[in-house]
Amino acid sequence: MSELVIKNLHVNVEDIEISKGIDLTIKSGEIHAVMGPNGTGKSTLAYALMGHPKYKVIKGEATLDGVDLLSLAPNERSTLGLFLAFQYPVAVPGVSVANFLRTAINAHRKYLDPEDKGISIPEFRKLLKDKMALLQMDESFAGRYLNDGFSGGEKKRVEILQMATLEPKFSILDETDSGLDIDALKIVADGVNAISSEDQGVLVITHYQRILNYIKPDFVHVMLNGRIVESGGPELALQLEEDGYEWLRERHAA
Amino acid sequence: MARIKPVRRLPFTREMMPSDQAPLLRDYRSAAWEALQELPLPTAKDEAWRRTSLAGFDFSALQVANGKLGKKVPAIPSTAILGPDLLAGKPHAVLQASGIEIKGTSHLEKEGVIFCSLTEAAREHPRLLEKILGKIVSPQEGVFAAAAGAFSQQGIFLYIPEGVTVEEPIFGLAITPGGKTAHFFQTVIYLEESSSAIYLQETLSLEERDEASLSGENLEIHIGPNARLQIAELQNYGKEVWSFGHKKARVERDGYLEWEIGALGSGLSKHFVSVDLIGAGAETRVSGSFFTDGKQHLTYNTLQRHLAPRTTSDLIFKGALKGSSHTVWRGMIYVAEGAQFVDGYQANRNLVLDPAARSDSIPGLEILNNEVRCTHGSTVGKIDEEQLFYLLSRGIPPKEAEQLIIQGFFHDTISRFSLPEIGESFWDKIKERLLG
Repeated sequence: MSELVIKNLHVNVEDIEISKGIDLTIKSGEIHAVMGPNGTGKSTLAYALMGHPKYKVIKGEATLDGVDLLSLAPNERSTLGLFLAFQYPVAVPGVSVANFLRTAINAHRKYLDPEDKGISIPEFRKLLKDKMALLQMDESFAGRYLNDGFSGGEKKRVEILQMATLEPKFSILDETDSGLDIDALKIVADGVNAISSEDQGVLVITHYQRILNYIKPDFVHVMLNGRIVESGGPELALQLEEDGYEWLRERHAA
Repeated sequence: MARIKPVRRLPFTREMMPSDQAPLLRDYRSAAWEALQELPLPTAKDEAWRRTSLAGFDFSALQVANGKLGKKVPAIPSTAILGPDLLAGKPHAVLQASGIEIKGTSHLEKEGVIFCSLTEAAREHPRLLEKILGKIVSPQEGVFAAAAGAFSQQGIFLYIPEGVTVEEPIFGLAITPGGKTAHFFQTVIYLEESSSAIYLQETLSLEERDEASLSGENLEIHIGPNARLQIAELQNYGKEVWSFGHKKARVERDGYLEWEIGALGSGLSKHFVSVDLIGAGAETRVSGSFFTDGKQHLTYNTLQRHLAPRTTSDLIFKGALKGSSHTVWRGMIYVAEGAQFVDGYQANRNLVLDPAARSDSIPGLEILNNEVRCTHGSTVGKIDEEQLFYLLSRGIPPKEAEQLIIQGFFHDTISRFSLPEIGESFWDKIKERLLG
């Protein structure tokens, strides 16, 4: 049983404070959704947790099973079990999906055991084949260059493929639903449901309720102006769908 | 450091020219020697040399490498990409200042293929050699072209007769002796109509020697109508070597030239690479990959000349730079009047990995008619931070992530090498230096 704990997190982007004190605790097996209008700092939370150099944590803490994440490099955060599915994954031309995934898997193994010789080719092939089948991906994907010329749906599927192969303790899905048609969304959501387990915690960041029809959250949080202003169960998401964010804005007008 | 005596000319005398040559070679060398008399060493005032300074190189300390000066190397240096295991049993030439050895060609001879030294070609096949020697790279082109013509002790001649396809690759290794010598050599390749061949050549020097040395080479290629050549050239000199090259191909009607260039070594190198598409439908694809570090300086002047209609050229050079190294690419597409329906492309992409490294990228077009499509692109940039973060976020440590991005950057040019294992060995050399 693992725990991701965020306490009073303040984050600056280019000297402007975007996150203004976020508190959130996620345990293994739980699915949390953070909702909110555009520009309220949802993605900032995701990037800051992963350690993007542009997102500067100026106050607060974030720990994974008691280990201070904020003092670690992004790759160390990953090997510790944190995963971010990007809203806009970048293309890395010339690097195949398979080569990239194998390098990532080996980096994780080496982190746990410096003597590790890396995953064998047959073992890797089998793993990749299984995970791709789970996400209804054609095998030819493995040979394509990472996100290079991928459609929006393909990019998101490859994000989930990475999540499936790296088996993180905590995954943050940053606007994974954006740019997806309903079929693509279903495939991605089915994938997430298939791989999430009692051992994994998931944080779904979205501003539409739509994805939560497919990935059912246990907890829903609403973010406004860099803070979580309301938390509740799945019914909160439905209420937002009905009533929008205005009532919350009024209630929490600074 | 000893003071370097500036010289205006290469300090070599007529006596240093090879003797006992066949009449064809003797006449050619004399003409090259005459040309050399009119050619001072280039300075920054020469347009083609503006960004490459020869100051700091002690030309006056050099002697022309010949059989006596260049010690014979008993074995292929361990630094070679085209190593002994790869060459074993395959047709290959090993050229040194002291002589040239050619092996594994008997079965090719039956088909009329000639793979021999230039000396032998001049003696045994003067009519063939005459058709090309000095006709594609003229000694008048530049001081180092003239010097290579005048002073080459050794050269390689490859001839493929009409209609003959040689599927197995043919290899050449040119080993520069180093140690205050100037080593000149030539490669001459002639493909008759509807023939086809794959040739891979590596230039290298003996393992690390301190004294500066010079290497000068001319490469002349003729591709007959409907013939096809894939050539890979690997420049793998030690950093004490200053390397100069004049390399030129002429492609006739419907001929095809695939030219892959990989450069890793030398302290300074300046190479002129050009393709003349002289017959309708002729086509070429030229790919360059280079990696520099320390204080290396590499310059490529490339020229794609469309001299006939419906000709196609596609050139891409990619470089990654570390340390305070400096690279220059100057490209030019020329389309002659009357050469219509031409498709020309040139691109140069550079990845600058350290703040002190510098890359100059200068494309050029000169088009004398309307019915053409010519495009170019040139970029100089650093490792993309978003790409890097993406890989880091998957657990890949920074050094490995950078390496993966650089590998991806080179993928399209390196994957074009005629033999995949050569591309892999070439990349391994870059990887070693990235980690070092």
